Formats: sequence, C-alpha cells, structure tokens
Amino acid sequence: MAVASTTSIDELKEKAKTLRRHIVRMTTEAGSGHPSSSLSAVEVVTALYFGGFLRYDPQQPRKPDRDRFILSKGHAAPVLYAALAEAGYFPVEDLMTLRKLGSPLEGHPNYKRLPGIEASTGSLGQGLSIGIGHALAVRLDGYDARVYVMIGDGEMDEGQVWEALAAANKYRLGNLTAIIDQNGYQQTGATKDVLDLTPLDEKIRAFGWHVQTINGNCMESVVAALDAARKVTDRPTCIIAQTKKGFGILDVLQETGDVNFHGKPLPPDLAEKALEVLK
Amino acid sequence: MFYGEASGLKMGKATRDAFGRALEELGKDRTDVVVVDADVGNSTRTEWFAKAFPERSFNIGIAESNLVGIAGGLAASGKTPVIASFACFLLCNAYDQIRMSVAFPELNVKLVGTHSGISIGEDGPSQMGIEDVALACSFPGMTVVVPADEPSTRAATAAMLDHRGPVYLRLGRPSVPIVYENGVEFRIGKANVVRDGKDVTIIANGLMVAVALDAATALEKEGVSARVVDMHTVKPIDVEAIRAAAEQTRGIVVAEEHAPFGGLGSVVAMAAAENGISTPMRFVNIGDRYAESGDPMGLLKKYGLTPEAVADACRSVLG
Ligand SMILES: Cc1ncc(C[n+]2csc(CCOP(=O)(O)OP(=O)(O)O)c2C)c(N)n1
Ligand SMILES: [Mg+2]
Repeated sequence: MAVASTTSIDELKEKAKTLRRHIVRMTTEAGSGHPSSSLSAVEVVTALYFGGFLRYDPQQPRKPDRDRFILSKGHAAPVLYAALAEAGYFPVEDLMTLRKLGSPLEGHPNYKRLPGIEASTGSLGQGLSIGIGHALAVRLDGYDARVYVMIGDGEMDEGQVWEALAAANKYRLGNLTAIIDQNGYQQTGATKDVLDLTPLDEKIRAFGWHVQTINGNCMESVVAALDAARKVTDRPTCIIAQTKKGFGILDVLQETGDVNFHGKPLPPDLAEKALEVLK
Repeated sequence: MFYGEASGLKMGKATRDAFGRALEELGKDRTDVVVVDADVGNSTRTEWFAKAFPERSFNIGIAESNLVGIAGGLAASGKTPVIASFACFLLCNAYDQIRMSVAFPELNVKLVGTHSGISIGEDGPSQMGIEDVALACSFPGMTVVVPADEPSTRAATAAMLDHRGPVYLRLGRPSVPIVYENGVEFRIGKANVVRDGKDVTIIANGLMVAVALDAATALEKEGVSARVVDMHTVKPIDVEAIRAAAEQTRGIVVAEEHAPFGGLGSVVAMAAAENGISTPMRFVNIGDRYAESGDPMGLLKKYGLTPEAVADACRSVLG
C-alpha cells in the first residue's frame, strides 16, 4: 500500500502549509464552513496521511486491511478533504467545489459519496463508537490495521464518547487511537467555560487508556506521539493534542476580534492576508 | 432568498430569529421560564434570552440527551424549560430521553428544533432535520407546531409557553417571507386559511406556505382557484380544515419540507381517512432520501420544493 514513510519533518511542515492554504481557499470560496476548526487539526492530519502512519491506497479506498481515519468532528471536513486530495483520492481542483450543489465535498463528510471517507459525521459524539466497530472487525479478520479517530474537545461533552471510551477499554483495543483536538474552544465559547472537563488526561487514563498530552501544532511532537501510540498494542491509546483554533493564521484571525472564529469563512481580503502568511 | 415574491410577500426574519426575540420579550413576565442550551445558543437564538436573564440560563455543553433529561427535571420541579438545538440533534440524538423524561411523564417541556429541513443549505444532510416532525408526532401527548413566518412564530412562541404539556416547535434557519403582514390569529390546533380558493386546497406549513402561495398565484393565471391553508399545528391536526377543503374544493395537496413518512402529509391523510373524508390527494415533500450540501434555493429546486412542483401536484389532483 502507498505509504509516504520517508517524508522528513521539513517536508511534513511544507505539506501542512499546503493543507492550510487549501483550507483557507476552499472555505472562502464556499462562503461558509469551519476553517478555524480545520486549521487546529492540520499537523495531526498531515502526519497521519503523509508521515507514514496511515497505510492506505487511494486506488482501493475500501481495501479491508487499510488503516482507518475517522474525523468525528465532521465540521472540520476541509482539513480531511485537503489531505485526501493531496493523497490522490481526487483532483486538488475539486477542493474548490466544497459545499456546492452536486459536489461530493459536502459541508460534513459523506461516507456514501466520497472515496476515503470512513464515516458520515457531523452529529458530534459518534465517531469513536464507529471506530470501535472498525477496530473489532479488523481484529476479527486478522488484519493488523489501525484505527484513528479525531474528536473535538467540545465534542468530548457528548455522553456517547464516554460510553465508547469504556467499551474500547473492555475489549483492550490496542489497534485504536483517539486523538482529541484540544483547541480550547467550542461553538459558544471556551471549553473551560462551557463545560470544563479537566483533568481530561486523568479521566481518560482512569478509563484504562494509554494517554499522551502533546503540543498538537508541533510536527515533531505529533510524529513522536503517533509513533509511541503505534507501539502500544495492549490497550487503546489517546493523544490529547493541545492546539490553537486557527493555527497558522492566528494573527489574521486576531484582527477580527474573534479568537474562536467558529463556523465562518474568512472574508476574501483576510483570506488574501492569510494566504500571504502561509506562503 | 426567497419564494413569495410572486405573491407580493415581503421578506421577514428567519423563524429562529423571531423565536429568539419573542422568548427574550416573554421572559420578562414569565419568570418560570428557564432556558437550557447545548452549545448552540448563538445558532438557535436562545442566547438573547440568556443575555437578558443569565440567572435563568444554563449551557450544559454539547450533550443533547443530558439537555432533555435536565429539562424534564426542571419541569417536574415547576419550571417551564425551553430547550433549543438543531432539529435533528434534539429529536434524533435525544429521542429516548424525550420519551422517558418528557413525553411519558407528560412534563411541561418546550422543545425547539431550529435548522429544520433542507433550506439550511451548505452544512449538508448531517445538520438537516428532515425526520423531526415524524419523530415528534410519534410521542403520545406531544403538540407539534411548525410556523410559517416571523409574526406567526412570535405568536406560536407565546402560545407554546401558555400551553400546558410538551410541545415541539419547529423552526428554520433562513430568512422567510412574511405571510401574515396584517397580524395573525394563532391558536394551537386551528389552521389558518391564508388565501381562499374553490378548486383545490394546498395544505402547507413552515416555509412551504409561501411556496404554496406562489403556486396559487401561478395557478390563478390558468383560471385555477387554489386555497392555501397554513396547517401550522401538525398535532393535534385540524380535522375541520381538512373537511372544509374536501367539501369546498376538489382535492388536496399537502406540502412540507420534510421526509414523506410520518410528517404533515401522513397526518393529514390519516385524519381524512379516519373521519370519512374522501378526496383526491397529492403530496409534495423531499422524497424518501437524504439531500446534500448546496445553496438553499438550489436545494429546494433539486429536491422538488418549488411553486412549480406544488402547482403540478394541484393540476394532477384536479385530473
Ligand atoms: C450533536 C451535535 N450537537 C451540536 C452540533 C453543533 N456544533 C457544530 S461544531 C460545534 C462545536 C464543536 O466544538 P469542538 O468539538 O471543540 O470542535 P472545534 O470546532 O473546536 O474543533 C457544535 C456545538 C453538532 N454538530 N452536533
Ligand atoms: Mg474545540
């Protein structure tokens, strides 16, 4: 299977910039969407798809022994579409059709319409359960495939996530990795104000998981954490990726006076500035 | 946006906006009203109430099942909880909690589902409530209201708070035309004839009322006189309005922004059958499918919710 395992950290950082440019361009062109939620997750998604962690083949997107990546926080679809395009699932030009009538690049990932999408998401809280289903299935079939699920820190409010954390531990799913994109914000404000789940690491550890907390916008740390997670095979692993919502163009977002910048595209002039920064 | 222009309607606010303002206003006198939010108050507009009455507002995070359970407890202790989320998350995610913590104990909880239908547009099917009316109607004792515009949503919000018992109020995201420019008499369970006609009756609710008016305007040019009934209350349905339509016109077209099974069309057809009302009927709805991302007008066209589609159904029902 196609694995870009020889990619250097510098190359990964370049790729991350490319994904960021796609995210800004496609959401501004669409006139809606969630660029800030997508930008915080870029290092993790880049490392997964281009750092040799996910084993996949765009020519056979449903190959049974592939690794899976499920974007449970489905509103960050642009980061996933950008990665899938760069990985060769579909032409990069298609990114500009985001959210347009007829395009399979919908506002939230649609399993039925786009190769490389492992789950239809957008109703928060459900991805980890689906990931458990995949992890159990590949274990039953004897594949050494790994399942990665990315969850938002606000999404952790959903009870279903905690049901899933418990179930994954019960079955000691050593082939399952949850990555929490801890960008500190959700729709109506800071996670510490809306529903403070700290200490998140201790809670998840108490559920029986292996837990690492890292700087999720530092490529070196992300690669190291994914590598460490891969070596844990006796229980599920969780990476709490401490990130910043809108990372890469924080100064540009600062100008808007809204550090969360949830669920809206950059207006064209700010998008220009952002693309300048991301050169 | 939008439809209604052909019928001389002016644009008004989105029904979610009208609800948010009405709730903020009504909250002054109704000190029993408590709002609980699940991290979407800036979308559902309950944030306006929350700013005015912070001590009676709670944001419990992205947790719809917990949201509904908390509302059940508040109601059982004498409060009038209003909980709003996207129609799909509220009804689909917390269905059993609504069943056990609201409907079965018959508690005075006001459920408000915004972002209903496909007219939310670009966010796509995962955020579109297209099953919510059917789910809400399935609960014994649940009142289900789908207002058409800004003035009737204001009235519906007040009526919902005055009503004792569980209510589901279904609202939309986009701005919609004003159907009731000269005021509205709004009674739960009593349909409004918004345009009279003698050949065919269009029974609609939500934004399909404006679409139906445009269809009636188009039909008039062909010499077909269409009555438009705003069936804002799906449950309990207004049987007399259906009977009058059957007796005074030659057929009924039911138009709704919803999946075909269990919504307004199903309820109207069953009420007719059950009450010995026999008349030809046609149904305009999204069809038995999920929609997709796209611009709202493009979606309404693609999924058959247009004045042309409603007018075609009228021609078909007249044979
Ligand atoms: C079940 C459900 N409830 C509510 C929403 C609306 N919603 C979309 S994004 C969001 C906030 C998500 O916050 P977080 O998980 O922290 O993701 P971030 O945008 O910060 O990456 C909410 C409440 C939803 N999509 N699903
Ligand atoms: Mg977040």
